[in-house]
Amino acid sequence: MPEIFQYGFLLRALVVGLLVSLCAALLGVSLVLKRFSMIGDGLSHVGFGALAIASALNLAPLQVSIPVVIVAAFILLRISSNGKIKGDAAIALLSSSALAIGAIVVSQTNSATDMNSYMFGSIMAISNDDLALSIICSVIVLVMFVLFYNKIFAVTFDENFSKATGVKSGVYNTIIALLTALTIVVGMRIMGALLISSLIIFPALTSMRIFRSFRSVTICSAIVSCVSYIIGIAITYYADNFPAGASVVVANLGMFLIFSLLGFLLRKKQQ
Amino acid sequence: MSYLIECKNLTAGYEGMPVVKDLSFNVSAGDYLCIVGENGSGKSTLMKTLLGLRSPLCGEIIFGDGLKQTEIGYLPQQTAAQKDFPATVREVVLSGCLGRKGFSPFYSKADKKLCDDNIELLGITHIAHRSYRNLSGGQQQRVLLARALCATRKLLLLDEPVSGLDPMVTAEMYEIISKLNREQGVTIIMVSHDLQGALRYGTKILHMESGAYFFGTTAEYRSTDIFHAMSTCDCHCTCDHHTGSKEVR
Repeated sequence: MPEIFQYGFLLRALVVGLLVSLCAALLGVSLVLKRFSMIGDGLSHVGFGALAIASALNLAPLQVSIPVVIVAAFILLRISSNGKIKGDAAIALLSSSALAIGAIVVSQTNSATDMNSYMFGSIMAISNDDLALSIICSVIVLVMFVLFYNKIFAVTFDENFSKATGVKSGVYNTIIALLTALTIVVGMRIMGALLISSLIIFPALTSMRIFRSFRSVTICSAIVSCVSYIIGIAITYYADNFPAGASVVVANLGMFLIFSLLGFLLRKKQQ
Repeated sequence: MSYLIECKNLTAGYEGMPVVKDLSFNVSAGDYLCIVGENGSGKSTLMKTLLGLRSPLCGEIIFGDGLKQTEIGYLPQQTAAQKDFPATVREVVLSGCLGRKGFSPFYSKADKKLCDDNIELLGITHIAHRSYRNLSGGQQQRVLLARALCATRKLLLLDEPVSGLDPMVTAEMYEIISKLNREQGVTIIMVSHDLQGALRYGTKILHMESGAYFFGTTAEYRSTDIFHAMSTCDCHCTCDHHTGSKEVR
């Protein structure tokens, strides 16, 4: 498909999307295992609110939403660990409030098309300026993940043990939240506020159908995520009027079903 | 003689609510201390305070003999999240080495050697590449013990290591812990519901009940009123929710 690259926006969406898929898949393994799957959903809704306000005020979208979402990630983690309001309730509170505020702002300023593109993503959303910032963010996420891989494993598997033996688990939880926030803000333009969290959850769950070690699950998630993204974009390109974000999610769903079946057959064979 | 851990008039609890009040005891190198007592008597609170997961409300914990708080090897109770966690035995055991490493990101050759040695010591070499979640309860406990030994060789703190294990595996587990204590010189602190096991293997007992504490050797403990009350009460209240590892006296 050489002509696909003649469109600058497609190429940008492909580059940014692949990087985001990779980051989301890596972080997703830890988030899913820590029972934090919904944090991605909560943060993307906050991101939507921030984006809506930024565009109403004619500000650069990423520069506004990145700090806002990072702050929200800290608040969510803080609330979850303090336990006055339980984690899932806190996420629901924050995400629906942000969604409501965003919806009001959009209704006062923009047309319905914009709302649609915020919610379900747009393949044309990435401008050249966004491209550079997106790449920088993704590279930060990838480098930090590799450097802290062993610690992230330890904190995910058993936080109390890690803390008791001197691993600064608070620091690593914060790093995970920070990286998740970055990934979501960068990815939600293409994938949409409602769909971005599937990039975090699907690849990890898909890999866990078959693989049994943390390392293999992590590597497989990264590969599955990127392949699903490419399939999703190809669907969008070749089929008329298919929304990109939704196509990527459907590709992920397909992968999940295939891996579930394979895992089932493998287990059957072993018995 | 200096103690590994000395608790002086320790008061500990949650959010200003004391659960453990004015408790004093000590642990010397080579001890096998069992902490027994009813639910709600503050055993877990004491343990979390010893590990530094909570700070004491009042009083102090003094670490001696060059022991640092982070050099306590900890065998926690298993969490629900670990039931379907994809990780090999080796990945889990290796993670015990991380506490010492500060911000250094990767495992060294020495870490890997230590990990393999501990895997061998606990007799789980043949399952080192299997997935943790597919192991039996007894095997999982051995894996977590190996991980704790990667963190330290001085002191292990075990949180109900035999709860949920069947009688045979329970006996095996006690033998392993006892062997570590005798042959490797590892000091043991064990929180347990299993009074019989505590009496058979422990050298010292800390009995906790709301407001009343006993601390002394196992022999001293056997002659106290508290022990007689506890062992008769055992017949009614603890046998039903345990897995038969306890004989009724």
